[in-house]
Amino acid sequence: MKTILKTLAHYLLLSALALVCVFPFWWTLVTALSTEGNIFAFPPTFWPREPSLANFIAVFETLPMATFLGNSLLIAVCTVFWKLALCSAAAYPLARMQFKGRKLVFGLILATLVLPSEVNFLVNFITVTKLSLVDTYTGVILPNVVTAVAILLLKQAFEEVPQDLIDAARVDGASEWTIFYKIMLPLIAPWLATVGILTAVEAWNEYIWPSIVMSKPDQFPLSVGVLYLRGTFGSSTRVIAAGTVLTILPTLAAFLFTQRFFMRGMDGAVK
Amino acid sequence: MRNLTAWLFLAPALVLLAVFSFWPVAFGSLLAFTDYSLIRDTHWVGLDNFRYIFNNEMFVTGLKNSLVFLLMVPFVQIGALSLAVLVNNQLPGIRYFRAAFYVPVVTTVSVVGIMWGFMFHEQGALNYVLMLCRLVDAPVGWLSNDSLALFAIMFVTLWRGLGWYMVMYLAALQAVPADMQEAAILDGASRWQRFWKITVPMLRPTIIVCSILSVLAALKAYQEVDVLTQGGPMNSTFTGLYYAYDQGLKHLKLPRALAASFVMSVFCIGIALLCLRYLKPKHRP
Repeated sequence: MKTILKTLAHYLLLSALALVCVFPFWWTLVTALSTEGNIFAFPPTFWPREPSLANFIAVFETLPMATFLGNSLLIAVCTVFWKLALCSAAAYPLARMQFKGRKLVFGLILATLVLPSEVNFLVNFITVTKLSLVDTYTGVILPNVVTAVAILLLKQAFEEVPQDLIDAARVDGASEWTIFYKIMLPLIAPWLATVGILTAVEAWNEYIWPSIVMSKPDQFPLSVGVLYLRGTFGSSTRVIAAGTVLTILPTLAAFLFTQRFFMRGMDGAVK
Repeated sequence: MRNLTAWLFLAPALVLLAVFSFWPVAFGSLLAFTDYSLIRDTHWVGLDNFRYIFNNEMFVTGLKNSLVFLLMVPFVQIGALSLAVLVNNQLPGIRYFRAAFYVPVVTTVSVVGIMWGFMFHEQGALNYVLMLCRLVDAPVGWLSNDSLALFAIMFVTLWRGLGWYMVMYLAALQAVPADMQEAAILDGASRWQRFWKITVPMLRPTIIVCSILSVLAALKAYQEVDVLTQGGPMNSTFTGLYYAYDQGLKHLKLPRALAASFVMSVFCIGIALLCLRYLKPKHRP
């Protein structure tokens, strides 16, 4: 009996805390689904009144939501592809080869973790301008392709592959590139998936950098477009809420279905 | 030959790191001492930009606010550790609770701004709940009151950060060997004693790393400011980096912005070094 009560109390506490975490999402959803009444009326409603999808339709009618969605998708897919390609290529020699300067390179990569990178975009914008990459997706993607965290996670993954496999391939006369491409990459596939999903969500959510590089609204990703929405519909909060729901739906779905990859990424980061 | 192969593998990543991670720091630090602009010749101006920002009310407020932001760190860390302890079990449905706590982390900051704008609205849900519980008499202007707005922003940062650190602590908790706990139970240690005598010492490295990350994140906070208040009301919610962002992007005063970010960088590196010196993270046994 005592344990049942304890478990019950545990669940109650968890539920109360979870409520605080997800309440803003719930409220936004209710706002987006309701069509009746003033949104900021006292007392507010915590359940959709006359639920309908009218606000969602309004978002699609007034804003190029499909274009925003496509832009976000393009940015996310390209960032994931190039990050996996370049970071795994960089992580492999760091994990499995002896060469001059290895320690130095590793130290430099670690240093980027400490350097304050939050406002790098101020100078990166000059660089992107000089490279004539303003208003291009390459400009949005390029600075986010190589990150220290991805290299570190993948380096760790390569280190776990047994040396025998590599030796056997060398005896068979495989080149370093073949070993990397045909043997190592398939073996670390779960880690590539982890880094890929974390990157996809990050790229999808990126908001300041794309808003700097892109000046034309039809090139905006959703994360930037949704704020644009706030400017367009000064009064129609419900439509803004609907746009908000549409923006976060893909990341929420991705997270809920691949939760274990997120947890594993963190697990690797702690080590 | 071996060397060459290794460098060929590394080259593309290193080039991008050099251009987009090291160059901004090096070139940016240099530009902070000039009057750089895209349309004129550049001149060396010494400490002029620094003199300007330190006499600028917005930047000075920003620096102070960035220090106030540090108050958040213990709340985030203790909160996240407590959450991790609460979800570190096999109760049915526990993964849904873990997910609920983590969801704010995967939400883009622009959406966070819009949602909490709704919450903090004078006729919004937060005021309603507070008035229902008789905690306040009249609706509070969370984002329009210049002595409250900063704390409202800090609360949102806390809400966004908890889940991330929770997962870090959860991973560390699951690495605590079960036999240590069992041995302690046999010796008659209470739950509380086991937490303080076994779990906390085992978590020490994680607690230190998370606290340092949290201190740095607090000093560097500015995105939440941008989406919630844009520095207002009456410039009361400027932070050090928000000033850099505001000057650099909205007013196109790049050297000033870079001077501000230079000051913040020195701050961050100094604090990181101090933390590392006094709280040496020992490797896990």
